[in-house]
Amino acid sequence: MMKMEEILKVFAPHRGDAIVISGRANRHWDKISTNKNRDLSLGDPAMGGHASFALGLALARPKNKVVLFDSEGDLQMSLSSLSMVAEQAPKNFVHFVLDNECYATTGGQPVPNASKIAYDVIAKGCGYSSSYAYTNLESFQVNVKRIMEEPGPVFVAMKIVPEIENLPIGQRAPRLGKTKDQAVADLRKELGINN
Amino acid sequence: MTTEGSLSPEIVLAEMKKHGITHVVWLPDSETNWLYTLMKADPTITLVPVPREGLAFSCAAGLHIGGAKPVILIQNTGLMESGDSMRGWTMGMNIPVVLIVGYRGYTRHGVNKDTAATYTEPFLNAFHIQYYLVENSEDAPRISVAFEEAKKFQRPVCILVGDEYHGFNR
Repeated sequence: MMKMEEILKVFAPHRGDAIVISGRANRHWDKISTNKNRDLSLGDPAMGGHASFALGLALARPKNKVVLFDSEGDLQMSLSSLSMVAEQAPKNFVHFVLDNECYATTGGQPVPNASKIAYDVIAKGCGYSSSYAYTNLESFQVNVKRIMEEPGPVFVAMKIVPEIENLPIGQRAPRLGKTKDQAVADLRKELGINN
Repeated sequence: MTTEGSLSPEIVLAEMKKHGITHVVWLPDSETNWLYTLMKADPTITLVPVPREGLAFSCAAGLHIGGAKPVILIQNTGLMESGDSMRGWTMGMNIPVVLIVGYRGYTRHGVNKDTAATYTEPFLNAFHIQYYLVENSEDAPRISVAFEEAKKFQRPVCILVGDEYHGFNR
């Protein structure tokens, strides 16, 4: 099991100019990122859609690398997005899944069959170009450069320590960083998009 | 007077292309197979098949934010399956996308035996989604109206294709 923050710190030097969709990792990524105009923190528009959203972005921007920090709860809600990504086979897409084996933002209840699922095997079976799974930071540290240089779609499953929230939503600290509208506007300006 | 079964897929495709469509995010249905064949042969359009309709909305949001111009092509059954994804990924993110939706069960005399048709318009009304019915080729300019409204109001607008068993299947 790894800490989410430590994974992101290891990843950060290898980011280059990639667009990063930070998902549920934004609470840490917002403090680590040094290229905020290419960060896309969207909160949780509707659970289960991050992978297909990232696919759309990667297809629209084939010259920009797109990195997604997905969660296993989101992925379980739309596992079939893996076959959708694999069919389109965007070479510029790296798909991390941060797997804490639970729904951390609702109190830590386990996701179905939490500890027995090999998401990397499912992704490979769906047709991702390459697929990895890490349970310790040292192994990831050794391989992250290669992962970021490989042609996509690349899938990386990461076992992480849950950061469970038990407070009712109305009592939680406000989300960090920009609003999603501002994040979208900044990214589009950065990329020169005005449609 | 409108005639049943006369919606030309070529005209529908031409309307879509008039508005610079780059990607069609879609799941097959009985209304749109012939349109699929045409789109597949068109080198200016990329087809992005989805395994479940809700994923079409998130994918279209990513395409739009990245500068592409997607359209969503699904059936009314899948539209209803997509409620939360449509809300969060398109309405909640101001995505100007046109939904071309096969109107399964629709009949022109207003009496149907298919609950898919029964609930389609109430569903769209519940989400405050503007929609236009296209039954034949004479109605096709409504597709352009939908594109213009989506752009103006930065939200999804729906075309209901009310020609289930004729034109698109030939």
